[in-house]
Amino acid sequence: MDAAEQAVEVRGLRVRRGGNLVLPGIDVDVRAGSVTGLLGPGGSGKTTLMRAVVGVQIVESGRVRVLGDDAGSPALRRRVGYVTQAPSVYADLSVRENLRYFARVVDARRGRVEEAIEVVGLGGHADQIVRTLSGGESSRVSLATALLGEPELLVLDEPTVGLDPVLRRDLWQAFHELADGGVTLLVSSHVMDEAERCDELLLLREGRVVANGTPAAIRERTGSDDLEQAFLALADAP
Amino acid sequence: MTARATLATAARVLRQLRRDHRTLGLILLVPAVLLTLFKYVFDSQEGTFDRIGGPLVGLFPFISMFLVTSIAMLRERTSGTLERLMSMPLAKLDLLLGYALAFALAATCQAGITAAVGFGLLGLDSEGAIWLVVLLAVANAVLGMALGLLLSAFATSEFQAVQFMPAVVIPQILLGGLLVPRGQMAPALEWASDALPLTYAYDALARTTLRGDVDGRLWLDVAVVAGCIAVALALGAATLRRRTP
Repeated sequence: MDAAEQAVEVRGLRVRRGGNLVLPGIDVDVRAGSVTGLLGPGGSGKTTLMRAVVGVQIVESGRVRVLGDDAGSPALRRRVGYVTQAPSVYADLSVRENLRYFARVVDARRGRVEEAIEVVGLGGHADQIVRTLSGGESSRVSLATALLGEPELLVLDEPTVGLDPVLRRDLWQAFHELADGGVTLLVSSHVMDEAERCDELLLLREGRVVANGTPAAIRERTGSDDLEQAFLALADAP
Repeated sequence: MTARATLATAARVLRQLRRDHRTLGLILLVPAVLLTLFKYVFDSQEGTFDRIGGPLVGLFPFISMFLVTSIAMLRERTSGTLERLMSMPLAKLDLLLGYALAFALAATCQAGITAAVGFGLLGLDSEGAIWLVVLLAVANAVLGMALGLLLSAFATSEFQAVQFMPAVVIPQILLGGLLVPRGQMAPALEWASDALPLTYAYDALARTTLRGDVDGRLWLDVAVVAGCIAVALALGAATLRRRTP
Protein backbone atom coordinates (compact mmCIF):
# COMPACT_ATOMS: atom_id res chain seq x y z
CA MET A 1 0.00 0.00 0.00
CA ASP A 2 1.08 3.52 -0.66
CA ALA A 3 2.53 5.06 2.50
CA ALA A 4 0.97 8.43 1.72
CA GLU A 5 -2.51 6.91 1.99
CA GLN A 6 -1.87 5.78 5.53
CA ALA A 7 -2.48 8.22 8.33
CA VAL A 8 -1.05 5.76 10.83
CA GLU A 9 1.53 3.04 10.24
CA VAL A 10 2.46 0.76 13.11
CA ARG A 11 5.18 -1.83 12.65
CA GLY A 12 6.31 -4.43 15.17
CA LEU A 13 4.99 -2.47 18.14
CA ARG A 14 5.79 -4.06 21.48
CA VAL A 15 4.45 -2.46 24.64
CA ARG A 16 4.67 -3.64 28.20
CA ARG A 17 2.45 -2.08 30.85
CA GLY A 18 2.73 -2.95 34.50
CA GLY A 19 4.88 -6.00 33.68
CA ASN A 20 2.37 -7.38 31.14
CA LEU A 21 3.20 -7.63 27.48
CA VAL A 22 0.09 -5.83 26.24
CA LEU A 23 1.13 -5.56 22.60
CA PRO A 24 3.52 -8.33 21.60
CA GLY A 25 4.57 -6.86 18.23
CA ILE A 26 1.64 -5.53 16.28
CA ASP A 27 1.32 -4.17 12.72
CA VAL A 28 -1.52 -1.76 12.02
CA ASP A 29 -2.45 0.62 9.20
CA VAL A 30 -5.09 3.31 9.36
CA ARG A 31 -6.18 4.71 6.03
CA ALA A 32 -6.17 8.49 5.78
CA GLY A 33 -9.67 9.98 5.73
CA SER A 34 -11.32 6.85 7.12
CA VAL A 35 -13.35 6.20 10.23
CA THR A 36 -11.48 3.19 11.55
CA GLY A 37 -13.03 1.24 14.40
CA LEU A 38 -10.76 -0.42 16.90
CA LEU A 39 -12.77 -3.22 18.43
CA GLY A 40 -12.05 -5.79 21.02
CA PRO A 41 -12.86 -6.81 24.56
CA GLY A 42 -11.52 -4.97 27.59
CA GLY A 43 -7.83 -5.71 28.05
CA SER A 44 -7.23 -6.46 24.37
CA GLY A 45 -4.80 -3.55 24.04
CA LYS A 46 -7.01 -0.93 22.38
CA THR A 47 -6.13 1.87 24.76
CA THR A 48 -2.44 0.98 24.70
CA LEU A 49 -2.37 1.03 20.91
CA MET A 50 -4.15 4.40 20.87
CA ARG A 51 -1.75 5.81 23.44
CA ALA A 52 1.16 4.67 21.29
CA VAL A 53 -0.37 6.36 18.22
CA VAL A 54 -0.80 9.61 20.15
CA GLY A 55 2.73 9.24 21.46
CA VAL A 56 2.04 9.30 25.18
CA GLN A 57 2.93 5.63 25.70
CA ILE A 58 6.45 4.45 26.48
CA VAL A 59 7.02 1.62 24.01
CA GLU A 60 9.52 -1.22 24.19
CA SER A 61 10.20 -1.50 20.48
CA GLY A 62 8.65 -0.99 17.09
CA ARG A 63 7.84 1.96 14.92
CA VAL A 64 4.77 4.19 14.97
CA ARG A 65 4.47 6.71 12.13
CA VAL A 66 1.64 9.23 12.23
CA LEU A 67 0.90 11.65 9.36
CA GLY A 68 4.44 11.14 8.12
CA ASP A 69 6.14 11.86 11.46
CA ASP A 70 7.17 9.73 14.40
CA ALA A 71 4.33 9.42 16.92
CA GLY A 72 4.61 11.95 19.70
CA SER A 73 6.90 14.35 17.83
CA PRO A 74 6.27 18.01 18.76
CA ALA A 75 4.93 18.90 15.31
CA LEU A 76 2.15 16.33 15.76
CA ARG A 77 0.81 17.89 18.95
CA ARG A 78 -1.17 20.32 16.80
CA ARG A 79 -2.25 17.74 14.25
CA VAL A 80 -3.49 14.93 16.49
CA GLY A 81 -6.45 15.13 18.86
CA TYR A 82 -6.81 12.57 21.62
CA VAL A 83 -9.74 11.79 23.86
CA THR A 84 -9.12 9.42 26.74
CA GLN A 85 -11.78 7.08 28.06
CA ALA A 86 -12.19 9.02 31.30
CA PRO A 87 -13.15 12.62 30.58
CA SER A 88 -10.03 14.68 31.12
CA VAL A 89 -11.39 18.16 31.68
CA TYR A 90 -11.54 20.44 34.71
CA ALA A 91 -14.55 19.39 36.78
CA ASP A 92 -14.68 22.73 38.62
CA LEU A 93 -15.00 24.85 35.47
CA SER A 94 -17.95 25.26 33.13
CA VAL A 95 -18.08 23.62 29.72
CA ARG A 96 -17.29 26.90 27.99
CA GLU A 97 -14.49 27.81 30.41
CA ASN A 98 -12.83 24.45 29.79
CA LEU A 99 -13.07 24.85 26.04
CA ARG A 100 -11.87 28.45 26.08
CA TYR A 101 -8.78 27.43 28.01
CA PHE A 102 -7.88 24.52 25.73
CA ALA A 103 -8.69 26.65 22.67
CA ARG A 104 -6.04 29.14 23.74
CA VAL A 105 -3.54 26.35 24.38
CA VAL A 106 -3.95 25.00 20.83
CA ASP A 107 -4.40 28.51 19.42
CA ALA A 108 -7.73 27.58 17.85
CA ARG A 109 -9.35 30.02 15.48
CA ARG A 110 -12.05 32.38 16.72
CA GLY A 111 -15.51 30.88 17.00
CA ARG A 112 -14.15 27.38 17.33
CA VAL A 113 -15.35 26.96 20.93
CA GLU A 114 -18.99 27.51 19.99
CA GLU A 115 -18.66 25.20 16.96
CA ALA A 116 -17.20 22.42 19.08
CA ILE A 117 -20.00 22.82 21.65
CA GLU A 118 -22.54 22.46 18.82
CA VAL A 119 -20.87 19.36 17.33
CA VAL A 120 -21.15 17.47 20.61
CA GLY A 121 -24.66 18.83 21.28
CA LEU A 122 -23.92 20.61 24.54
CA GLY A 123 -25.38 23.97 23.54
CA GLY A 124 -27.86 23.87 26.41
CA HIS A 125 -25.17 23.15 28.99
CA ALA A 126 -22.41 25.52 27.90
CA ASP A 127 -22.34 27.45 31.17
CA GLN A 128 -22.85 24.47 33.43
CA ILE A 129 -20.02 23.34 35.72
CA VAL A 130 -18.65 20.04 34.41
CA ARG A 131 -18.92 18.34 37.82
CA THR A 132 -22.71 18.71 37.65
CA LEU A 133 -22.98 17.06 34.21
CA SER A 134 -23.75 13.40 33.66
CA GLY A 135 -20.97 10.97 32.70
CA GLY A 136 -21.98 10.99 29.04
CA GLU A 137 -22.10 14.79 28.97
CA SER A 138 -18.66 15.12 30.55
CA SER A 139 -17.17 12.77 28.00
CA ARG A 140 -18.68 14.96 25.28
CA VAL A 141 -16.91 17.97 26.79
CA SER A 142 -13.71 15.97 26.56
CA LEU A 143 -14.50 15.16 22.92
CA ALA A 144 -15.24 18.81 22.12
CA THR A 145 -11.85 19.73 23.55
CA ALA A 146 -10.12 17.48 21.05
CA LEU A 147 -12.01 19.10 18.15
CA LEU A 148 -10.84 22.63 18.95
CA GLY A 149 -7.54 22.55 17.11
CA GLU A 150 -9.12 20.97 14.01
CA PRO A 151 -6.72 18.01 14.09
CA GLU A 152 -6.02 15.86 11.04
CA LEU A 153 -6.13 12.69 13.12
CA LEU A 154 -8.60 12.14 15.95
CA VAL A 155 -7.96 9.29 18.34
CA LEU A 156 -11.07 8.60 20.39
CA ASP A 157 -11.10 6.02 23.16
CA GLU A 158 -14.67 4.76 23.64
CA PRO A 159 -16.31 8.14 22.96
CA THR A 160 -19.88 6.86 22.99
CA VAL A 161 -19.99 5.04 26.32
CA GLY A 162 -23.03 6.04 28.37
CA LEU A 163 -24.75 7.94 25.56
CA ASP A 164 -28.33 7.42 24.52
CA PRO A 165 -28.94 5.94 21.05
CA VAL A 166 -29.95 9.28 19.50
CA LEU A 167 -26.76 10.97 20.64
CA ARG A 168 -24.68 8.02 19.56
CA ARG A 169 -26.16 8.20 16.11
CA ASP A 170 -25.56 11.96 15.96
CA LEU A 171 -21.96 11.58 17.07
CA TRP A 172 -21.23 8.89 14.52
CA GLN A 173 -22.75 11.15 11.90
CA ALA A 174 -20.43 13.92 13.10
CA PHE A 175 -17.46 11.53 12.83
CA HIS A 176 -18.34 10.78 9.22
CA GLU A 177 -18.75 14.46 8.42
CA LEU A 178 -15.27 15.05 9.81
CA ALA A 179 -13.91 12.16 7.75
CA ASP A 180 -15.59 13.59 4.64
CA GLY A 181 -13.62 16.75 5.34
CA GLY A 182 -10.38 14.75 5.27
CA VAL A 183 -9.95 13.98 8.98
CA THR A 184 -8.87 10.47 9.94
CA LEU A 185 -10.60 8.98 12.95
CA LEU A 186 -9.45 6.04 15.02
CA VAL A 187 -12.33 5.16 17.32
CA SER A 188 -12.33 2.36 19.86
CA SER A 189 -15.38 0.57 21.09
CA HIS A 190 -16.27 -2.65 22.77
CA VAL A 191 -19.81 -2.55 21.39
CA MET A 192 -20.10 -4.57 18.23
CA ASP A 193 -23.11 -2.72 16.88
CA GLU A 194 -20.91 0.33 16.46
CA ALA A 195 -18.64 -1.65 14.14
CA GLU A 196 -21.22 -1.32 11.39
CA ARG A 197 -20.79 2.45 11.44
CA CYS A 198 -17.06 2.28 10.63
CA ASP A 199 -15.41 2.38 7.21
CA GLU A 200 -12.67 0.04 8.35
CA LEU A 201 -12.35 -2.30 11.30
CA LEU A 202 -9.47 -3.55 13.33
CA LEU A 203 -10.41 -6.42 15.59
CA LEU A 204 -8.03 -6.77 18.46
CA ARG A 205 -7.73 -9.67 20.87
CA GLU A 206 -4.99 -10.20 23.44
CA GLY A 207 -2.79 -7.64 21.75
CA ARG A 208 -3.06 -9.14 18.28
CA VAL A 209 -5.02 -8.05 15.22
CA VAL A 210 -7.40 -10.90 14.49
CA ALA A 211 -8.98 -9.20 11.50
CA ASN A 212 -8.97 -5.99 9.56
CA GLY A 213 -10.91 -4.67 6.60
CA THR A 214 -14.31 -3.22 5.87
CA PRO A 215 -17.28 -4.56 7.85
CA ALA A 216 -18.59 -6.19 4.67
CA ALA A 217 -15.30 -7.90 3.92
CA ILE A 218 -15.05 -9.27 7.45
CA ARG A 219 -18.60 -10.60 7.31
CA GLU A 220 -17.90 -12.21 3.97
CA ARG A 221 -14.67 -13.80 5.15
CA THR A 222 -16.31 -15.37 8.15
CA GLY A 223 -19.57 -16.16 6.41
CA SER A 224 -21.61 -14.64 9.22
CA ASP A 225 -24.30 -12.01 8.99
CA ASP A 226 -23.46 -9.94 11.98
CA LEU A 227 -20.11 -8.79 13.24
CA GLU A 228 -20.57 -10.22 16.71
CA GLN A 229 -20.70 -13.69 15.14
CA ALA A 230 -17.80 -12.81 12.87
CA PHE A 231 -15.74 -11.78 15.85
CA LEU A 232 -16.53 -15.01 17.66
CA ALA A 233 -15.61 -17.05 14.61
CA LEU A 234 -12.29 -15.22 14.34
CA ALA A 235 -11.57 -15.45 18.06
CA ASP A 236 -12.14 -19.21 18.06
CA ALA A 237 -10.05 -19.78 14.96
CA PRO A 238 -6.57 -21.13 15.77
CA MET B 1 6.66 28.47 25.15
CA THR B 2 4.26 31.29 24.43
CA ALA B 3 2.85 34.16 26.47
CA ARG B 4 -0.59 33.14 25.18
CA ALA B 5 -0.49 29.65 26.69
CA THR B 6 1.21 30.80 29.91
CA LEU B 7 -1.34 33.55 30.54
CA ALA B 8 -4.23 31.27 29.58
CA THR B 9 -2.98 28.74 32.14
CA ALA B 10 -2.62 31.38 34.85
CA ALA B 11 -6.13 32.66 34.12
CA ARG B 12 -7.52 29.14 34.22
CA VAL B 13 -5.86 28.35 37.58
CA LEU B 14 -7.17 31.61 39.06
CA ARG B 15 -10.65 30.89 37.74
CA GLN B 16 -10.60 27.48 39.43
CA LEU B 17 -9.45 29.12 42.65
CA ARG B 18 -12.10 31.82 42.45
CA ARG B 19 -14.79 29.23 41.86
CA ASP B 20 -13.85 27.53 45.14
CA HIS B 21 -14.99 30.22 47.58
CA ARG B 22 -14.11 28.32 50.70
CA THR B 23 -10.51 27.61 49.65
CA LEU B 24 -10.10 31.20 48.53
CA GLY B 25 -11.45 32.47 51.83
CA LEU B 26 -9.15 30.16 53.78
CA ILE B 27 -6.12 31.23 51.74
CA LEU B 28 -6.83 34.91 52.19
CA LEU B 29 -7.94 35.01 55.82
CA VAL B 30 -6.37 32.12 57.76
CA PRO B 31 -2.88 33.69 57.95
CA ALA B 32 -4.33 36.93 59.38
CA VAL B 33 -6.35 34.96 61.94
CA LEU B 34 -3.32 32.87 62.90
CA LEU B 35 -1.19 35.98 63.23
CA THR B 36 -3.78 37.42 65.63
CA LEU B 37 -3.70 34.15 67.57
CA PHE B 38 0.09 34.37 67.80
CA LYS B 39 -0.17 37.85 69.23
CA TYR B 40 -2.47 36.84 72.07
CA VAL B 41 -0.78 33.51 72.79
CA PHE B 42 2.51 35.33 73.33
CA ASP B 43 0.85 38.25 75.07
CA SER B 44 2.66 37.63 78.39
CA GLN B 45 6.07 37.15 76.75
CA GLU B 46 7.44 40.58 76.14
CA GLY B 47 8.91 41.00 72.66
CA THR B 48 8.22 37.50 71.28
CA PHE B 49 5.40 38.50 68.95
CA ASP B 50 7.38 41.55 67.82
CA ARG B 51 10.24 39.20 66.89
CA ILE B 52 8.30 36.46 65.06
CA GLY B 53 5.25 38.39 63.81
CA GLY B 54 6.93 40.29 60.99
CA PRO B 55 8.71 37.27 59.49
CA LEU B 56 5.53 35.19 59.84
CA VAL B 57 3.69 37.57 57.50
CA GLY B 58 6.16 36.51 54.82
CA LEU B 59 6.24 32.81 55.69
CA PHE B 60 2.52 31.99 55.62
CA PRO B 61 2.30 32.18 51.80
CA PHE B 62 5.04 29.55 51.54
CA ILE B 63 2.91 27.09 53.51
CA SER B 64 -0.41 27.89 51.76
CA MET B 65 0.97 27.75 48.25
CA PHE B 66 2.91 24.57 48.94
CA LEU B 67 -0.32 22.86 49.97
CA VAL B 68 -2.54 24.32 47.27
CA THR B 69 -0.07 23.52 44.49
CA SER B 70 0.64 19.97 45.58
CA ILE B 71 -3.08 19.17 45.60
CA ALA B 72 -3.80 21.09 42.36
CA MET B 73 -0.97 19.34 40.48
CA LEU B 74 -1.96 15.98 41.88
CA ARG B 75 -5.46 16.60 40.53
CA GLU B 76 -4.02 17.47 37.12
CA ARG B 77 -2.13 14.20 37.19
CA THR B 78 -4.99 11.99 38.35
CA SER B 79 -7.81 13.58 36.31
CA GLY B 80 -5.97 13.10 33.03
CA THR B 81 -5.82 16.82 32.30
CA LEU B 82 -2.04 16.78 32.63
CA GLU B 83 -1.81 13.96 30.09
CA ARG B 84 -4.10 15.92 27.78
CA LEU B 85 -2.01 19.07 28.13
CA MET B 86 1.18 17.09 27.52
CA SER B 87 -0.28 15.79 24.25
CA MET B 88 -1.06 19.37 23.20
CA PRO B 89 1.23 22.11 21.92
CA LEU B 90 1.88 23.38 25.45
CA ALA B 91 5.44 23.83 26.70
CA LYS B 92 6.12 22.49 30.19
CA LEU B 93 7.31 25.97 31.08
CA ASP B 94 3.90 27.38 30.05
CA LEU B 95 2.28 25.19 32.67
CA LEU B 96 4.86 25.91 35.38
CA LEU B 97 4.90 29.65 34.82
CA GLY B 98 1.12 29.73 34.52
CA TYR B 99 0.83 28.18 37.96
CA ALA B 100 3.60 30.40 39.35
CA LEU B 101 1.88 33.52 38.03
CA ALA B 102 -1.53 32.57 39.38
CA PHE B 103 -0.26 31.67 42.82
CA ALA B 104 2.05 34.67 42.99
CA LEU B 105 -1.04 36.82 42.46
CA ALA B 106 -2.99 34.94 45.12
CA ALA B 107 0.00 35.26 47.46
CA THR B 108 0.17 39.02 46.87
CA CYS B 109 -3.44 39.35 48.06
CA GLN B 110 -2.82 36.99 50.97
CA ALA B 111 0.36 38.75 52.12
CA GLY B 112 -1.27 42.14 51.60
CA ILE B 113 -4.14 41.24 53.93
CA THR B 114 -1.83 39.60 56.49
CA ALA B 115 0.52 42.60 56.41
CA ALA B 116 -2.38 45.04 56.80
CA VAL B 117 -3.66 43.13 59.83
CA GLY B 118 -0.20 42.58 61.32
CA PHE B 119 1.35 45.99 60.80
CA GLY B 120 -1.93 47.88 60.93
CA LEU B 121 -4.12 46.32 63.58
CA LEU B 122 -1.83 44.18 65.68
CA GLY B 123 0.79 46.84 66.21
CA LEU B 124 3.71 45.05 64.54
CA ASP B 125 6.60 47.23 63.50
CA SER B 126 8.90 46.77 60.56
CA GLU B 127 12.26 48.46 60.29
CA GLY B 128 12.30 47.92 56.55
CA ALA B 129 9.60 48.83 54.03
CA ILE B 130 6.39 46.82 54.24
CA TRP B 131 6.21 46.48 50.45
CA LEU B 132 9.50 44.61 50.70
CA VAL B 133 7.94 42.20 53.22
CA VAL B 134 5.07 41.59 50.79
CA LEU B 135 7.53 41.11 47.92
CA LEU B 136 9.52 38.58 49.94
CA ALA B 137 6.23 36.87 50.83
CA VAL B 138 5.46 36.50 47.12
CA ALA B 139 8.91 35.02 46.48
CA ASN B 140 8.28 32.55 49.31
CA ALA B 141 4.89 31.70 47.82
CA VAL B 142 6.55 30.86 44.51
CA LEU B 143 9.13 28.76 46.38
CA GLY B 144 6.30 26.89 48.13
CA MET B 145 4.52 26.45 44.79
CA ALA B 146 7.67 25.09 43.12
CA LEU B 147 8.34 22.60 45.94
CA GLY B 148 4.68 21.56 46.06
CA LEU B 149 4.70 20.94 42.33
CA LEU B 150 7.84 18.84 42.58
CA LEU B 151 6.60 16.78 45.53
CA SER B 152 3.18 16.19 43.98
CA ALA B 153 4.97 13.85 41.58
CA PHE B 154 5.77 11.57 44.52
CA ALA B 155 2.21 11.42 45.83
CA THR B 156 -0.35 9.06 44.36
CA SER B 157 -3.25 10.28 46.48
CA GLU B 158 -4.39 13.47 48.16
CA PHE B 159 -3.81 11.78 51.53
CA GLN B 160 -0.13 11.43 50.70
CA ALA B 161 0.09 14.93 49.28
CA VAL B 162 -1.17 16.61 52.45
CA GLN B 163 1.28 14.57 54.52
CA PHE B 164 4.14 16.18 52.64
CA MET B 165 3.21 19.45 54.30
CA PRO B 166 4.30 18.50 57.84
CA ALA B 167 7.18 16.46 56.41
CA VAL B 168 8.62 19.22 54.27
CA VAL B 169 7.43 22.46 55.82
CA ILE B 170 7.60 21.96 59.60
CA PRO B 171 11.28 20.94 59.76
CA GLN B 172 12.15 24.01 57.71
CA ILE B 173 10.17 26.27 60.07
CA LEU B 174 11.80 24.66 63.13
CA LEU B 175 15.32 24.91 61.73
CA GLY B 176 14.97 28.22 59.91
CA GLY B 177 15.67 30.45 62.91
CA LEU B 178 12.14 31.72 63.51
CA LEU B 179 11.62 29.95 66.83
CA VAL B 180 15.20 29.54 68.03
CA PRO B 181 18.14 31.55 66.70
CA ARG B 182 20.26 29.31 64.52
CA GLY B 183 23.39 30.12 66.54
CA GLN B 184 21.86 28.40 69.56
CA MET B 185 21.27 25.11 67.73
CA ALA B 186 23.50 22.05 67.87
CA PRO B 187 26.07 22.22 65.04
CA ALA B 188 24.46 19.35 63.12
CA LEU B 189 21.12 21.16 63.15
CA GLU B 190 22.72 24.40 62.10
CA TRP B 191 24.35 22.66 59.14
CA ALA B 192 21.02 21.12 58.23
CA SER B 193 19.42 24.54 58.40
CA ASP B 194 22.13 25.90 56.08
CA ALA B 195 20.91 23.46 53.45
CA LEU B 196 17.21 24.38 53.66
CA PRO B 197 15.74 27.11 51.46
CA LEU B 198 13.35 28.47 54.10
CA THR B 199 16.35 29.44 56.26
CA TYR B 200 17.27 32.06 53.67
CA ALA B 201 13.67 33.12 53.25
CA TYR B 202 13.43 33.66 57.01
CA ASP B 203 16.77 35.46 57.15
CA ALA B 204 15.67 37.92 54.47
CA LEU B 205 12.42 38.59 56.32
CA ALA B 206 14.17 39.00 59.68
CA ARG B 207 16.68 41.42 58.16
CA THR B 208 13.85 43.48 56.65
CA THR B 209 11.39 43.55 59.54
CA LEU B 210 13.67 43.41 62.59
CA ARG B 211 16.82 45.15 61.54
CA GLY B 212 16.04 47.05 58.38
CA ASP B 213 19.33 45.83 56.86
CA VAL B 214 18.48 46.19 53.21
CA ASP B 215 22.00 45.38 52.09
CA GLY B 216 24.01 42.87 50.09
CA ARG B 217 23.34 40.09 52.57
CA LEU B 218 19.60 40.46 52.05
CA TRP B 219 19.97 40.22 48.29
CA LEU B 220 22.15 37.15 48.73
CA ASP B 221 19.28 35.53 50.66
CA VAL B 222 16.91 36.50 47.87
CA ALA B 223 19.32 35.04 45.31
CA VAL B 224 19.45 31.73 47.22
CA VAL B 225 15.63 31.59 47.35
CA ALA B 226 15.47 32.39 43.63
CA GLY B 227 18.04 29.67 42.92
CA CYS B 228 16.00 27.15 44.92
CA ILE B 229 12.88 28.14 42.97
CA ALA B 230 14.72 27.60 39.70
CA VAL B 231 16.07 24.19 40.77
CA ALA B 232 12.69 23.04 42.12
CA LEU B 233 10.94 24.17 38.91
CA ALA B 234 13.54 22.42 36.75
CA LEU B 235 13.14 19.21 38.74
CA GLY B 236 9.36 19.70 38.69
CA ALA B 237 9.46 20.06 34.90
CA ALA B 238 11.35 16.78 34.72
CA THR B 239 8.43 15.07 36.48
CA LEU B 240 6.01 16.27 33.78
CA ARG B 241 6.28 13.46 31.29
CA ARG B 242 5.01 13.52 27.75
CA ARG B 243 5.26 9.73 27.67
CA THR B 244 4.22 7.50 30.54
CA PRO B 245 4.40 3.73 31.13
